Amino acid sequence: MKVLVAAKRVVDYNVNIRVLSDNSGVDLNNVKMSVNPFDEIAIEEAVRLKEAGTATEVVVVSVGASNCQEQIRTALALGADRGILVETEEDMQPLAIAKVLKAVVDKEEPALVIAGKQAIDGDNSQVGQMLAALGGMAQATFASEVQLGDGSATVTREVDGGLETITVKLPAVVTTDLRLNEPRYASLPNIMKAKKKPIDTYTPADLGVDVTPRLKTLKVTPPAEREAGIIVETVEELVDKLKNEAKVIS
Amino acid sequence: MSILVVADHDNESIKAPTLVSVAAAQAMGGDIEVLVAGSGCGAAGEAAAKIAGVSKVLVADNAAYDHGVAENVAALVAEIGGNYSHVVTSTSTTGKNFMPRVAALLDVAQISDISGVVSDDTFERPIYAGNAIATVQSSDAIKVITVRGTAFDPVAADGGSAAVEALDSVQDTGLTTWEKEEIVKLERPELTAASIIISGGRGMQNGENFALLESVADKLGAAIGASRAAVDAGFVPNDMQVGQTGKIVAPDLYIAVGISGAIQHLAGMKDSKVIVAINKDEDAPIFQVADYGLVADLFKAVPEMDALLG
Repeated sequence: MKVLVAAKRVVDYNVNIRVLSDNSGVDLNNVKMSVNPFDEIAIEEAVRLKEAGTATEVVVVSVGASNCQEQIRTALALGADRGILVETEEDMQPLAIAKVLKAVVDKEEPALVIAGKQAIDGDNSQVGQMLAALGGMAQATFASEVQLGDGSATVTREVDGGLETITVKLPAVVTTDLRLNEPRYASLPNIMKAKKKPIDTYTPADLGVDVTPRLKTLKVTPPAEREAGIIVETVEELVDKLKNEAKVIS
Repeated sequence: MSILVVADHDNESIKAPTLVSVAAAQAMGGDIEVLVAGSGCGAAGEAAAKIAGVSKVLVADNAAYDHGVAENVAALVAEIGGNYSHVVTSTSTTGKNFMPRVAALLDVAQISDISGVVSDDTFERPIYAGNAIATVQSSDAIKVITVRGTAFDPVAADGGSAAVEALDSVQDTGLTTWEKEEIVKLERPELTAASIIISGGRGMQNGENFALLESVADKLGAAIGASRAAVDAGFVPNDMQVGQTGKIVAPDLYIAVGISGAIQHLAGMKDSKVIVAINKDEDAPIFQVADYGLVADLFKAVPEMDALLG
């Protein structure tokens, strides 16, 4: 079976982001960009399915500017077989990305789509669920374990109170949580090999998708700063302050 | 203009984040109706009718909605969603699961995890793990919104007397079969509902040492949380994780023990009213957000605190 993985180019998780002084967004100039960490987990899960003989082909898709090729190459170096870039300079919002992915799913007809549960830039956590809805597919979000059966997948999900297990009919969309697996590092030979793997490029128009943004960002501001507190010298002083100054314990 | 709030519930009662979603809906302005979709959820429907400020409660009681199966709940909400200007729910794992499906089915954007209401079409929401706040305006006819559970003061759970109406629509997609759940039995308050939280980080060194925090938590009536580092190290399960990828909390008192204060963790707790940090590294970033910092070895300080609390 074919597995499609969606991977987003985002600001690296180690970067301290800075809000631009004109409040138009965050500073992305000369900032390290990476594959969204949750999407790395999705790539790893797909590659493991291939190594286990369950998946026959792993296709990675990214939606965005031409430099998203870098993240597709990373996925190819990690073991994906080929890439698809849907190239656009438009501000791609989750609904538009889901529509583009739906068009790619129609073309590729994968049995399973794996994506990260959220991207660490917009923190939206929408695309996987929206893609599943548009394709009339089942969804298993926030997965910590995936077992493939005959025409179905049994998935353990991270929910607020603990864990939940569901079985979904294939084709389905799975979104990854942190504990699903630990992604590998790409080896140098695999990075070299990845350069020869094919990447097909389309535009949203090629796929017949309208990607007009629905939301307008009016401004981006830094969060309210907390005022600096005090350093106490002893545990007694701490407990006394909590009781008598902050009055949060009795 | 009327607003549909989709309730977070366990069939018996309404969960606290629903009261926050209703508060956010009030800020948007309009008549507020609450949908309770579940199986054997009559009691939760009755409870929803008592919420202050709610004009009508819709109860969809069918096996198809048991355990909040996303495909079915989303189909139901999308079916009736066209009658409303706003469809709102909480940013719980349930809300995050079904709500984007609703938005896609209605062909509208979703505005996730709002922390503020500027007007009926403009909202504030944290991005980049809370390191920036975006103000976004929606051009869609229906605004589909999830609400951050710590961002608004909850409305009163009683005092209302809304009419309760049964919804007969059954949306059973047959796509998903619910198998089982392993819900952690809590002897303490839930993290997202607790007024005091004591959390441990990598400095705890192992899972057994969390017993030190348990003793203090019992005396304070506190919930116990953990940083992602402590979860990744295998000390404690993921449902205890506070942070960008875990739970977002804002208790009256947050005590961070052996937690350095990675951005990822701060994103989940920095709106707490009072923050205490206990860490032996005086340069730990957690001290920059702490109201009270104590530079000390946690293995000495926590037992001492435990003793002082009697």
